[in-house]
Amino acid sequence: MTAEAPLLEVTDLVKRFDLRRSLRSRLSRDPAPRLTAVDGVSFSLGRNQTLGIVGESGSGKTTLARCLTRLVEPDGGSVVFDGTDIGAVAGRELQRVRRRIQVVFQDPFTSLNPRMTVGAALAEPLRVHGVASRKEAPARVAELLDLVGLASTVTRRFPRELSGGQRQRVAIARSLAPQPELLIADEAVSALDVSIQAQILNLLVDLTDRLGLTMVFISHQLSVIASVADTVAVMYLGRIVESGPVGLVFTDPQHPYTAALLAANPEPVPERRRRQPAIRGDKPTPLEIPTGCRFRTRCAYVQERCAEVDPPAAQVAPGHSAHCVVLPFAPSPGQTITDPRPRRLGEGA
Amino acid sequence: MTTAATPEARGPVLLEVRNLHTAFPASNGAVLAASGVSFSLAARETKGIVGESGSGKSITLRSLLGLVPEPGRVIEGEVLWDGRDLLQLSSTELRAIRGREISMIFQDPTSSLNPVYTVGEQIGEILRVKLGMGRRAAQERSVELLDHVGIPAAKKRAGSYPHELSGGMRQRVMIAVAIACKPRLLLADEPTTALDVTIQDQILALLAELQNEFGMAMILVSHDLGVVAQNCDSVVVMYAGHVVEDAPATALFDSPRHPYTVCLLKALPSIRAPGVRGRLAQISGQPPDLARLPEGCPFRPRCPSSRDACVTVTMELETVGPAHATACPFPAEGA
Repeated sequence: MTAEAPLLEVTDLVKRFDLRRSLRSRLSRDPAPRLTAVDGVSFSLGRNQTLGIVGESGSGKTTLARCLTRLVEPDGGSVVFDGTDIGAVAGRELQRVRRRIQVVFQDPFTSLNPRMTVGAALAEPLRVHGVASRKEAPARVAELLDLVGLASTVTRRFPRELSGGQRQRVAIARSLAPQPELLIADEAVSALDVSIQAQILNLLVDLTDRLGLTMVFISHQLSVIASVADTVAVMYLGRIVESGPVGLVFTDPQHPYTAALLAANPEPVPERRRRQPAIRGDKPTPLEIPTGCRFRTRCAYVQERCAEVDPPAAQVAPGHSAHCVVLPFAPSPGQTITDPRPRRLGEGA
Repeated sequence: MTTAATPEARGPVLLEVRNLHTAFPASNGAVLAASGVSFSLAARETKGIVGESGSGKSITLRSLLGLVPEPGRVIEGEVLWDGRDLLQLSSTELRAIRGREISMIFQDPTSSLNPVYTVGEQIGEILRVKLGMGRRAAQERSVELLDHVGIPAAKKRAGSYPHELSGGMRQRVMIAVAIACKPRLLLADEPTTALDVTIQDQILALLAELQNEFGMAMILVSHDLGVVAQNCDSVVVMYAGHVVEDAPATALFDSPRHPYTVCLLKALPSIRAPGVRGRLAQISGQPPDLARLPEGCPFRPRCPSSRDACVTVTMELETVGPAHATACPFPAEGA
């Protein structure tokens, strides 16, 4: 599997947004404030693998997803999908690539056209991408509905007549219509109740296995990532700070931010009442990313050199790497970070 | 109706809710958002109310202080506070209790704060109106309160407008407003749902700290079982307007008895089992439609252990253990 070329290869991806300026700042010719949403992201993803991307609001995970499908133009770096640099293609060729990459969004209330029946919503991508003729379409629509566990009777229904879970099933069916190879799920279960969330998560895992799909699964919920992903990338202020097999990253976190996220995650276990927050302070604005290590302003293990070096990826285990100069950092998951003494490379466990 | 917890075991009862019914008009009569809700709360206790959307948890909380949004109305029940029934009070009497003895914080601090006043002015207003403080004293106390809830450079921040603060800071301001009069009970409606997980963690730690300091009880409404597990002494689980289970947190999470609670806990993904790739125990079917509830137990159509007798279930709470009650006559085996 490792010898095979990855389906998706992202290298040094950068996306910045120019913000709107006040009249005064435009007249005084100050440089426009720039928001760095994605700041040098690299990863590769093999076929039939699911990569979970986890991060808090403003970490750049959604902008990253949009760059992958070229819904926004990146400012730097490359996205290579199955040997094709999607930044270098246009027109028909871009459309051909886009058919193979489909997105499921968070909110099934806004991602479906309220005036289109479920049947019409599913037939549209079939026609647009030339996957099925007008004649074949009804049979294919029925197949898609069956695939996502909906009765074929919903074909004539409108989105408003469906529950949130049913709507998300329709959105998934629609994304599967053009027979994609890569599915990008952007907070696809975040708007759903627990009982429905489990149904949709199971469905997504089942579909990726059955159809041999590759998936990028974006979520702010660690527990959800834990239940679907093979590998995970933790994002903070536009950068992946730690990545690796989900079993390793979640049980043996190497970046202080990952450890803090895991400690802050409320597990349904009544005895684990913590009274000390896992992490202090607010995150800095993406308008002014701190120099050196971007996490240093909130890190309990910060050292002087953290302000000077933007830490490169350091490999801690096969496929597991973290951007931290005080590696290995390994508190047990759930443990509160109270020990401010940094550990140096090679010291301790 | 029996309330689950035995108050003797937990200290004096602070608040007792009996048989609360809150209704909203609908095309075919009325739907009951809260349907015979009963529970009690001891002084200093933290009680969680957990449930999915439409379960009636927020409406129950709002009913306690007469804050049910129009056209909803409390149609039956008692809310006993200091020997008085809050539901029988006039709006003037209720206003005297709100903010002073019982405070409330909401999910979205952005819409609860006035955008055209500084946060200092908004806290000061509460102090002047509720405690009759002078302008100068109120101003000073506002800064103290902001400092108390962990806002750095409180004096400077008192002059900030809500939009100049982050979501976490705004929620801290809301908490400062809520504790301004040192209430004995804080009602918190999804206070951390809109926040990032690390900020949620900070806010929950702050609430626990303030509770300890003021000896304040709290009712925490949340959809997040993890938040409830780590912050509550006891928990009420709601489904379709009914309390289905009421238990100490340890009992509820270690040996849930109502099939809905059992299913809900099993459906939760966990960071403790990473890389399992799916196969969460899912609850079949769709959430209930309050206008078309089945006869008997509302969870019946989705329940893995439903039987014929479930059609006649009255949803009365029956005691199944110490301070532990469930509305299911055929409860799951306790662990």
